[in-house]
Amino acid sequence: MTDTIADIKNPALSIDNLSIWYDKNKAVKNVSVEIKKNTVTAIMGPSGCGKSTLLRALNRMHELYDNITTEGKVLIHDDNIYDMSTIKLRREMGMVFQRPNPFPTMSIYENVIAGYKLNGIRLKKKEKDEIVERSLRDVALWDEVKDSLHKKGTFLSGGQQQRLCIARALAFGPEIILMDEPTSALDPIATSKIEDLLVKLKESYTIILVTHNMTQAARISDYSLFMYLGELVEYGKTKNMFTNPKDPRTEQYLTGKFG
Amino acid sequence: MKDKIVLGLVILLSLITISPIILIIGELIMKGYRQISLDFLIQNTPDTYSAMTAIANGERIPGGIANGIIGSLIMVAMAAIIAIPLGVITGVYLYENPGKRMANFTRNISDILQGVPSIVLGLISYLWVVKHITNGYSALAGSASLAIMMLPMIVRSTEETLKMIPDSLKEAALALGTPYHKVIFRVLIPTGFSGMLTGILLGISRVLGETAPLMLTALGSSMINTNITKPTSAMPLLIWEFYNDPNMIDLIWSSSLMLMIMVLLLNIISKQIAGKRR
Ligand SMILES: Nc1ncnc2c1ncn2[C@@H]1O[C@H](COP(=O)(O)OP(=O)(O)O)[C@@H](O)[C@H]1O
Ligand SMILES: [Mg+2]
Repeated sequence: MTDTIADIKNPALSIDNLSIWYDKNKAVKNVSVEIKKNTVTAIMGPSGCGKSTLLRALNRMHELYDNITTEGKVLIHDDNIYDMSTIKLRREMGMVFQRPNPFPTMSIYENVIAGYKLNGIRLKKKEKDEIVERSLRDVALWDEVKDSLHKKGTFLSGGQQQRLCIARALAFGPEIILMDEPTSALDPIATSKIEDLLVKLKESYTIILVTHNMTQAARISDYSLFMYLGELVEYGKTKNMFTNPKDPRTEQYLTGKFG
Repeated sequence: MKDKIVLGLVILLSLITISPIILIIGELIMKGYRQISLDFLIQNTPDTYSAMTAIANGERIPGGIANGIIGSLIMVAMAAIIAIPLGVITGVYLYENPGKRMANFTRNISDILQGVPSIVLGLISYLWVVKHITNGYSALAGSASLAIMMLPMIVRSTEETLKMIPDSLKEAALALGTPYHKVIFRVLIPTGFSGMLTGILLGISRVLGETAPLMLTALGSSMINTNITKPTSAMPLLIWEFYNDPNMIDLIWSSSLMLMIMVLLLNIISKQIAGKRR
């Protein structure tokens, strides 16, 4: 199974024996893994192997649905996320979804500070302006939208919308950003902009990126997890995994035998 | 050639479909326009004697339908104030608990309510409100029967509109740590607002023309009445009264025209709002 990675000390996140069921169907099977700070960690694997299911457990998104059960622990700063308030947890763990989903009733400006607004956190106008500008600069969107901050976010192109959604996650000051195939709905140019962005963002954040695109994982991730049928098959430095996979299933996947 | 026949048929069929509404409006305008004037909108209904005199002298019948317009506005507004919050909350509840027994039960009851003849709703409001709350015919009793009529329409449109909002939006809000009730009130309802408003406006335009339940509850009044515990007039009630008075029968056209215009306007506004969303 997984080779433990000796150099991960003081991880951003440790997943300890995590299993997830949809009704009776076990979609994630006893996964244990430690995620290194300030890296991009890719979760790879064929469609249906449980990537999204694993990712969505990390900010307890599954609790929205009655048919999902979760077992195991996830620790950040030695605190189990299942003992925290979801509000605190989700503040530390931003999420970006497969399809851009800006709030259609809100302007670009309001979308960026939506985390504060929706949680009833009052900010001074100056603080808001600063957060909006900083977050939009972080996602390289500021120059494109600075003159239309009060227009609806839904008028932007798909790639711009996705960067807006990343800005919305950043604005709330998370340590970790969860991303579920954030570029799969975008064209190649928008995709490469976002990939460049992720490489830059890892200086300040820890990024966990689900992707079914292994070249994307190879391009931008430092570590990779390979999942198959709900199991964590292999975990290690991306470079090592792509050049020298340890498990035959990883090798088969990387050589295009399935998926 | 074949295309032309099909096209001709389509045009013919659509003409048949729209002809009743055109004929109705045409008829109302032809027969009613002579009565319509500012007075018609701001004066109360005439007494039967002055109407008779005017007819005998070949003059326009004096007076108007202000008592009916104000009464309708008051009763429909009160019905909306009762039905909108209840209907929206119930619709949110149904949306939130799709498979639950209580929710299915509520949805079925709401559907049944939609099919209850309006005269029966009038009777119920008579038994509850007229006999026990206002101790007599009243605008409040009329509003109650209209509110019950609107309720299922609002419940339905709220639930359907919320169902059309993608889950991803709800998840986006939750992923920001938003407490659940705020997700509903600050994200889902604003996002679905225009859809829900469309349902509400259609509901209002439905009850605006209701006559039967008002006969048993609001009764009617020849004066403008703003005391909601007293008998009150309404536009459809006036039309019925005019119909029953040989001296006033000419007024049914102009008052029907006004009612039609109001209903059509509401329909057009709600179509506009619905259209903007797409
Ligand atoms: N909402 C759901 N209800 C039931 N089963 C689900 C649901 N979502 C995913 N699954 C199942 O769980 C497994 C893992 O799905 P998922 O995590 O979405 O895979 P991936 O993201 O790797 O494509 C699949 O077998 C899928 O059919
Ligand atoms: Mg997925």
